[in-house]
Amino acid sequence: MIDVNPTILFLLSPFLAALLSPPLVRLMGASAAWLLALVPLSVFIHLAGYVPQVAEGEAFTMGLSWAPSLGVNLSYYLDGLSLVFALLISGIGTLIILYAGGYLKGHKEHGRFIGFMFLFMGSMIGVVTADNLVALFIYWELTSITSFLLIGFDHDRMASRRAAIQALVVTGGGGLALLAGVVVLNLATGMNELSLILNSGDTLRESPFYLLVFWLVVAGAFTKSAQFPFHFWLPNAMEAPTPVSAYLHSATMVKAGVYLLMRMNPVLGDTTVWETVLPVFGTATLLVGTLLAVRQTDLKLMLAYTTVASLGLLVMLTGFGSEKAVEAAVYYLFAHALFKGALFMVAGLVDHESGTRDIRRLGGLRKAMPITFAAAALASLSMAGLPPFVGFMAKEEIYAAIAAGDAWSMAITALTVIGNALMLVIAAAVAIRPFLGAPVETPKPAHEGSPLLWVGPVNLAAVGLASAILSATTNHLVISPMSSAVAGSEVHAHAAIAFHIGLPLLLSVLTIALGVALFWLLPQLRYAMARALRSIGWGPDHGFDQFMSGLVALSAAITRIIQNGRLEGYMTTVFLVFGVAIWFSLYNYGELPDLPQFVAPTFYEAGIFLLALLGLAAVIYAHDRLTAIVSLGIQGFSVAVIFILFGAPDLAFTQFMVETLSVVILALVMTRLTLDKTDHRPFGEKSFDITVASVAGSGFAVLMLAVLQVPFDPRLSEFFSAYSRVVAHGRNIVNVIIVDFRGLDTLGEIAVVMIAGLGIIALIRIKGRQPRSEAEG
Amino acid sequence: MNTVIFRTAAPYLTALMVVFSIFILLRGHNDPGGGFIGGLIAASAFAIYGIANGVAPVRRALYFHPITLAGFGLFLAGLAGIPSLFAGVPFLTGLWTFPHVFGVEVALSTPLVFDIGVYFVVVGAITAIALTLEERHEN
Repeated sequence: MIDVNPTILFLLSPFLAALLSPPLVRLMGASAAWLLALVPLSVFIHLAGYVPQVAEGEAFTMGLSWAPSLGVNLSYYLDGLSLVFALLISGIGTLIILYAGGYLKGHKEHGRFIGFMFLFMGSMIGVVTADNLVALFIYWELTSITSFLLIGFDHDRMASRRAAIQALVVTGGGGLALLAGVVVLNLATGMNELSLILNSGDTLRESPFYLLVFWLVVAGAFTKSAQFPFHFWLPNAMEAPTPVSAYLHSATMVKAGVYLLMRMNPVLGDTTVWETVLPVFGTATLLVGTLLAVRQTDLKLMLAYTTVASLGLLVMLTGFGSEKAVEAAVYYLFAHALFKGALFMVAGLVDHESGTRDIRRLGGLRKAMPITFAAAALASLSMAGLPPFVGFMAKEEIYAAIAAGDAWSMAITALTVIGNALMLVIAAAVAIRPFLGAPVETPKPAHEGSPLLWVGPVNLAAVGLASAILSATTNHLVISPMSSAVAGSEVHAHAAIAFHIGLPLLLSVLTIALGVALFWLLPQLRYAMARALRSIGWGPDHGFDQFMSGLVALSAAITRIIQNGRLEGYMTTVFLVFGVAIWFSLYNYGELPDLPQFVAPTFYEAGIFLLALLGLAAVIYAHDRLTAIVSLGIQGFSVAVIFILFGAPDLAFTQFMVETLSVVILALVMTRLTLDKTDHRPFGEKSFDITVASVAGSGFAVLMLAVLQVPFDPRLSEFFSAYSRVVAHGRNIVNVIIVDFRGLDTLGEIAVVMIAGLGIIALIRIKGRQPRSEAEG
Repeated sequence: MNTVIFRTAAPYLTALMVVFSIFILLRGHNDPGGGFIGGLIAASAFAIYGIANGVAPVRRALYFHPITLAGFGLFLAGLAGIPSLFAGVPFLTGLWTFPHVFGVEVALSTPLVFDIGVYFVVVGAITAIALTLEERHEN
């Protein structure tokens, strides 16, 4: 019965690891990381088994059906693009889990942190492998939520909380755009699976919905991948512990936007708007990112801004519109994931061991931390784009792809050279400043960290070198299949570290020369940037705060109008609207019921009826409120008895309990409100209230009569009595409907009960706190 | 309401009502009852205990915060839908098994798990509200 492709279990395994992390860490301490890292490692190894076939151009789809009637499936698609992404996520994830094990050693929430990391890993693997659009969206949102948890991990710090909320609002807003995009995409193509949409040729480009889909997808991708002007959340997210930055902000989450653009390139790309919007925003982001990076002195922030810049470069290349550019983008993405992951971990390692991340207070650490230095040197050489590293090949490919004679290409090339030169400046600053030169006194005496901490950066840096030396293998197994998937047609990559005399090399030399020159001017450059930013005085980060406070003010204003806090107002509105709506529609459409035939009641029916009337009379004539509430209970109980007499024991049962509880709770509430004991309404108000009550009450009575005079349609009750026993093994139809036939409704209802409970508790607590805080103050 | 008789009787009454509520919960599939009604009964039981002896003893007796119970119930109800995923049927489709325990046939099913979830949500949410209100009353 259960037919599940084992790969799916591997793709879902990080979620299981997330559950296991807290107890394991409690049991074994930091060394649990060695054990837990086996999970992503096994995912990596399993997925690596697909590489040879995918390199031959095959693609795999698999999945579980979820809600087939809605076209929603938990389906997965493995082709060159998703496979390389998934391998990066699980491979770097393995190293990050180890790193997180060492980095937060001894933290009291260590297990929870690793659990969050696994949740994120599972979501991210889902984003890049999901085939179904809805599944893609769900995974996409999961990455937003889990990154919120990770960024806000140090939740007792204000800055962390702000950064977490900011990231959630920006990426969550983009997520909403993506949801709309998914819906429109389905409208435009009639398909829900990416694997089908990708083979739909020009359908989407010729669809009238094209522009709408384009902007919605771009909005989702740009917010997630921190494109200008949404770039501000990424540097702020550096409030998170460094393992988070190294994972989310180098190789994974921020690349989700780039992934989406690459994924959609075969069907959305190759249009004027695609090839204009993406390069323009990408190049802008590249420049803004590098310029802002220069301004920073904090290692992590410098890296964060260069990440923004690199994402801009990737978006630009994806939108450039040639196969060569796609290949360059793939190369750069691969190189960036390796060197940026390593450098973030190095930054955290330096911080962890020396107590500071400020490059002005670091120096000469090479002797104290030789392994870290080696990793930093290898990774930043790759970032700087120097041979023989994969970063160099990426840069060569970029220049080869974009350098051309026309003005558009020349402008982009010029800006890219500047951006890359600044990138080199940062790479040099990150690798040279802390490690070379004279030793500087650091807050903590620095020494090499534990193997858990350096195994990650060393491995990533080494892969960056190895994949360049073995470029033929890299091209065959990684770059070509991924480029083919992005371009939508077969691409054969053949980059190598060997120098090709030509324009790209020339541009590389120019970049390096410019970079070296700027590096000597770094302090002046930083000063100039700081002054320029001060004179502007406003940025998107500030704008975000203004937007948020505006939003709060607006909702407060609307709430003040709609919910003014006067219970009478609400009650009057509700009952008046009901009463008028019922009477008006029945009268207007001529559906007023006939008076029913009078059937003489039995003596017990009459007795109960009388009891209900007595209860009502007591409510009306009661002198104080408590009596009125209890009298209301009498009426309710009488109604429950009537239910029993007419064969609805379940309903009666519930009615009894609800009556009891509502009397108890109402009594509790009433004693807590500062009300007069008795009713002092003036005559005018009283008669208005009586009118409203009569209109609403008689309206419901008439409605009931009208309903009963329509011929009874027995299909539903026949269905349930026929199938309740056979299908659902239950004789009590009411219960069977609640828990089985309409279980999904019930699930929604109990969720509402739960949320209402939470809300009520919060409201009572807020009200209750005020007098106490006054007393304390 | 703080009479000695009420205070003395309340614990027994509460215990009885909770047992009864579980009985109502479990028989619900074939006879009047079910998770919703059972939950309401148990919630009234705790409300009575709270009115008679104060909120603190109820909270101690419950051990978990009532809203946690509600959350657990929601989790359980959601969990009841998961097996259908592996059986290849739509979400929350009822799945049954009839194992023999000591020669007695016991009907176990995902709707039962679901109904227990409903029970916990109702008990938890309503008890949470009632206790919070009673707490303010005591202040």
